[in-house]
Amino acid sequence: MAVSVHSNGSATATFTKQDFASSQETRWCPGCGDYAVLASVQEFLPELGLPPEKIAFITGIGCAGRFAYYMNTYGMHGIHGRAPAIATGLAVARPDLSVWALGGDGDMLSIGGNHLIHALRRNMPIKILVLNNQVYGLTKGQTSPTSELGKVTKSTPFGSEDQPFNPLALALGAGASFVARTVDRDRSHVIEVLRAAAAHPGAAFVEIFQNCPIFNDEAYVLLTDKDTKDAHQIRLEHGQPIRFGAEAERGVVQRPDGSLAIVDVEDVGEQALLVHDAHCADPSRAFALAHLSKTVSEPTPIGVLRDIERPVHGEGGQAEIQAACEANGPRELQALLRAGATWTVN
Amino acid sequence: MSRTVDKERVVIRIAGDSGDGMQLAGGRFTDATAVFGNDLATAPDYPAEVRAPTGTLRGVSAFQIHFASRDILTPGDKPDVLVAMNPAALKSNVEELDDGSTIVVNEDAFNKRNLTKAGYDSNPLEDGSLSEFRVHALPMTSMTVKATEGIEGVSSRDAARSKNLFALGVLSWMYGRPLEVTERWIEQKFAKREAVLTANLAAFHAGYNFAETTELLEVQYHVKPASLRSGTYRNVDGTTATALGLIAASVTSKLPLFFASYPITPASELLHELARQRRFGVRTLQAEDEIAAASMALGAAFGGQLGVTATSGPGMDLKAETIGLAVALELPMVIIDVQRAGPSTGMPTKPEAADLLMALYGRHGESPLPVLAAATPAHCFSAAIEAVRLAVAYRTPVILLSDAFLANSSEPWLIPDVDELPEIDPNFAEGPNLDGEFLPYLRDERLARPWAVPGSSGLAHRIGGLEKEDATGNISYEAANHARMTSLRAEKIAGIADDIPPLGVDHQEGSELLVLGWGSSYGPITAGVRRVRDKGGKVSSAHLHHLNPLPANTGEVLRSYGRVLVAETNTGQLARLLRGEFLVDAESFTKLEGEPLLAAELEREIMERI
Repeated sequence: MAVSVHSNGSATATFTKQDFASSQETRWCPGCGDYAVLASVQEFLPELGLPPEKIAFITGIGCAGRFAYYMNTYGMHGIHGRAPAIATGLAVARPDLSVWALGGDGDMLSIGGNHLIHALRRNMPIKILVLNNQVYGLTKGQTSPTSELGKVTKSTPFGSEDQPFNPLALALGAGASFVARTVDRDRSHVIEVLRAAAAHPGAAFVEIFQNCPIFNDEAYVLLTDKDTKDAHQIRLEHGQPIRFGAEAERGVVQRPDGSLAIVDVEDVGEQALLVHDAHCADPSRAFALAHLSKTVSEPTPIGVLRDIERPVHGEGGQAEIQAACEANGPRELQALLRAGATWTVN
Repeated sequence: MSRTVDKERVVIRIAGDSGDGMQLAGGRFTDATAVFGNDLATAPDYPAEVRAPTGTLRGVSAFQIHFASRDILTPGDKPDVLVAMNPAALKSNVEELDDGSTIVVNEDAFNKRNLTKAGYDSNPLEDGSLSEFRVHALPMTSMTVKATEGIEGVSSRDAARSKNLFALGVLSWMYGRPLEVTERWIEQKFAKREAVLTANLAAFHAGYNFAETTELLEVQYHVKPASLRSGTYRNVDGTTATALGLIAASVTSKLPLFFASYPITPASELLHELARQRRFGVRTLQAEDEIAAASMALGAAFGGQLGVTATSGPGMDLKAETIGLAVALELPMVIIDVQRAGPSTGMPTKPEAADLLMALYGRHGESPLPVLAAATPAHCFSAAIEAVRLAVAYRTPVILLSDAFLANSSEPWLIPDVDELPEIDPNFAEGPNLDGEFLPYLRDERLARPWAVPGSSGLAHRIGGLEKEDATGNISYEAANHARMTSLRAEKIAGIADDIPPLGVDHQEGSELLVLGWGSSYGPITAGVRRVRDKGGKVSSAHLHHLNPLPANTGEVLRSYGRVLVAETNTGQLARLLRGEFLVDAESFTKLEGEPLLAAELEREIMERI
């Protein structure tokens, strides 16, 4: 932490990455994508300008759940799937805090799916990070709700028969006001997305593709390898035509039926490309983007798909409630107890 | 001219179709009775279906009130007076009546269609089957319609719906209830709907005047006011008393109340009650499920608020994991279980107190926590405050057991002076607690850990469900540490025994039998004991408000009697606990009928043992 003293005598503390790192030894497997995400989060947090004690990380169970222990903020390592619900209670109680809920794909989309969709529909002021590695890691390699069809794991030796969730589409379907995706190894992109999520007043849903080197290594290799990533990452930027490729030679167009297609820019001309509008009130555009790639082996959009304003849970009412709470003393309580029909016995 | 007969106590049951407004009429009669100064106890009995088919036996909704010129303990075993608004209401209640009881029926509803629906082959009002009773058949519907004729905006169909107030008027005359209490209520309730207000007042007065002027009802009963302790009273049901207790604890502790729950019978009313209290800073949230409700309450507790959740049995199953987390986190939290008949969905509106062992042991691993039980509707107030007091002082989840009977029954409550309520000090951690460091699991003399809330500078820490190292709270899988932490958590809860009152005994000189209960069996046990003593029998009784830990003198009390009878509405859960804990040969009287214990049953069981 550094303290700068202004000319008027007031002082502002500024924080560094180290201020957000706890003394606990990190214990993920070597090469785990969680290290990269942790480093990005710790690097980003000083930007909030908040001291560590004003930030809380609530995590679920699974490898990603350990995250809370490694942050030098207030933190709770909760129970499987319930981080969004615990964070909801904390956010309602303490609107002065920056509340983050974090979990893996099994935690947030399987056992905790219900809490996730309801936190999004309520537009709770919490930032939800889903570290999606498409597999159960801590329980040692079972299929997850984002594992691809046919995936062979310990629990699906003949291949998974279950259609995976599309997490972005799920969040959009739940009415999320902020939906984004990023990739663990791309630190600057992760930080860019975290910045946008933190600036968003309501619930922010961020899917982070995260590599599990033990049970699902290289699941996202096409998106992270330097030789292939340009051809596979479709980076969304608000207000810009959607283009990608080493020479930005490919792009996205909208078909007459509303669905999206990937084209060569030279075939259609730049004017024909879809201009990304993250603030579009109608969610169907973001939904189409979420469905642009069927699997991560195809070119895949990353960035902020949707960022719209809608009423945040508790907004407005909280100050009123706080004031009411402080205004009440024994006299008001006595009046409440004596409300209604009473009678006196002498 | 009617004559007046003095009575010490009366039990009235009013029964009708679930859409007939029986609970409303019962509630109004109760308020008038309370203001009149009788002691009273009430119990509603309504079907689980929101709108069961009209006129059928399973659509019958009833309300019972027991009122007296002396203190009473239960809503009464069986009614002296039955008001039946239709044949189904008569049929489903008449078998409980003693010969000579009074029946008032709405004659208009005894048509062929309704008789058939209720399963009557012939009209009981005409076939002599009710000859053992004093039957008053009144054309309530038609008289109500007549009384409301000409009121603008009221159709005859609307008017007929006020017949419950006609019946209330009849009862109000029969028992000399003050009219103005009901009049004032009608005026306030329907202030914005003038036609309905006028019609209801007209129906109420018509019933009262009819009873007064007709020779049909030859007797007016007089139940003198009871001599209760001096002070100001109001009538409360267990739900309201619980809500008020939580708010009182919030005000005295200055901890904002955060209440999250998922709708479930019979606990939903607590959510409704608290949701209205925003001006007291109460924050309520209807969660997406039971698990979320508990998790949200725990999240709020982590944030430094009074986190509370409430549910009934099936919801307790779902909350178990979160409660276990709260045990591990050692954060204050209150979980209210309004018990109902189980297993599974069971009988959602019917009382049963069979969640005791689940409250004590229904979590994986060693996860001890305090368990309390409310004894009467009004006692829910102080039980809720006690739950908060223990939760905050010992940084622990506390389970408060109530049940469907307590939630819906009502009785007069001597309103306490708020200055005399127990003090609750959150005692938040404000700074480092060891050599300039903050150790989140460094315990005080009560073995409670510090409660450091987010926002407190220099105290940022991480807690979680993984086993923690003693004092530092860091993750630890070390063998000796786990043994130590397990025993510290257990000792902390066991130590509460020194912080609660000893088990009080209503001892009778020369008695060999102790009757012991917990929860809502307090009323029937105490009434049963009183009946036995009135007949010269010798018996003592005691009641447990704290089920974990038990009061420090519990074993000593049990061992000082030759016989111990434990009465409960389960298969003997407390008895099993006491036998295991104290090696006492506790006998059980159990009942599993979805009904509260009755004083008469206790009287019988006690008489058999003395």
